[in-house]
Amino acid sequence: MGYQLNFGWLPQYLPVLIDGIGVTIYLMAVGAVLGCLLGTVCAWTRALGPNWARPVVVAYVELIRNTPFMIQLFFIFFGLPSLGVQMSELEAATLAMIVNLGAYSCEIIRAGIQATPRGQFEAGASLAMTPFETFYHVVLIPALQRIWPALSSQIVIVMLGSAVVSQIAAQDLSYAANFIQSRNFRAFETYIVSTLIYLVLSILLRQVLAGIGWALFPKRKAAR
Amino acid sequence: MHRRSFITLATLVAATIGLAVPAQADALADIEARGTIKIAVPQDFPPFGSVGTDLQPVGYDIDMAELIAEKLGVELELVPVTSANRIPYLQTGMVDLVISSLGKNPEREAVIDFSDAYAPFFNGVFGPDTVTVAAIEDLGGYTLGVTRGSVEDLELTELVGDDVTIQRYEDNNGTISSFLSGQVELIATGNVVAAAILERNPPIRPELKFLVKNSPCYIGMNKDEPELMAAVNAIIADAKADGALEAISMEWLEQPLPADL
Repeated sequence: MGYQLNFGWLPQYLPVLIDGIGVTIYLMAVGAVLGCLLGTVCAWTRALGPNWARPVVVAYVELIRNTPFMIQLFFIFFGLPSLGVQMSELEAATLAMIVNLGAYSCEIIRAGIQATPRGQFEAGASLAMTPFETFYHVVLIPALQRIWPALSSQIVIVMLGSAVVSQIAAQDLSYAANFIQSRNFRAFETYIVSTLIYLVLSILLRQVLAGIGWALFPKRKAAR
Repeated sequence: MHRRSFITLATLVAATIGLAVPAQADALADIEARGTIKIAVPQDFPPFGSVGTDLQPVGYDIDMAELIAEKLGVELELVPVTSANRIPYLQTGMVDLVISSLGKNPEREAVIDFSDAYAPFFNGVFGPDTVTVAAIEDLGGYTLGVTRGSVEDLELTELVGDDVTIQRYEDNNGTISSFLSGQVELIATGNVVAAAILERNPPIRPELKFLVKNSPCYIGMNKDEPELMAAVNAIIADAKADGALEAISMEWLEQPLPADL
């Protein structure tokens, strides 16, 4: 007797899957945008910011990059309530993703900033740009262009890593898959479907990121 | 999407679906030929199964597993599982039996077979004194934590109204943590599980609000295994007759077996 694949449960559970996809996309979008923003601020601080702030950023980056994502998630969701900080599972999951991506993207963006030749800062200053203008136009955008492929990969990794937020009952795609699997006992089929959805999401996300790359760096061909 | 991505995707789909899982011939004969029986047990569900100070699983279900292996005259290999993954472990042939405080319901009976009952189990809703609920109808507006795929989850999902939020956690540790950290106001779990938590004197106490279901535990096995079923049921019947099961119950539940088990 071979294993008989059965997808008859799919129509019944489609709304659950769609809700799960929605939450995963939400987590990915908010996590990626705010995470990269946080990473940029931290990268600026670490490379060019005031001396007193640098150790703070270093400590944050080291703490996050050297501990598992799941433990960070549990710390926020199960640990912080002891200190009176109570948040919903979706808030906790979003925060964990922002904090996590912030640390990783900080290091990636910092690499881009530090690869900027010193003369470029001076060129910006000699054109009477303010320090912020110099940083944005002369340093950040070329830096982002340099590290865009690495940053894109990191964003995809974080999106895929978001699967563990189902551990705190955040109702993402993995939660939907586990939920369905605990009802229909069709583990193989359920995970085939969820694997394919993750695959499609990753491919689409890469296309979107490549598109952002084209838009952000119009004059030069964006690396992919 | 690029055409190449499509082709890659299509290849992956074909490869995945092409996989076929071979089914076992006669599970009992296989176990005897192998000389080892693989049994799924809980490790986060005291007193049925938890990890002892020497990092070995201990509990009612583990003692039951040892009894079965001893009577079959084979070596025992314990496989720790969670509530959510215990049935897939069985279906995929990674274990021969599930002895993991498994309750019976029609959904599960459609996919696996159950032995006779080997342990009593009552599940209910538990919460601190500050929450006053006495029946399922009182749960409106509350957030309730359960372990995904457990009998409590399946029962309560059917019974409660839309105004009750059910949070489903991956395993019992998650459910217990969510309650103790105040993320949910109430939890639904087994009476003995709540009692085991109370013994540790937590800051938020899971007191019994009401019982949901009398749901004794059964040993789960794959369908169409009459020889294995007969052997397991004979061992359970003997253990009930000769007092071995009573001794396990006294040790872990600190009460005699109910007469109707």
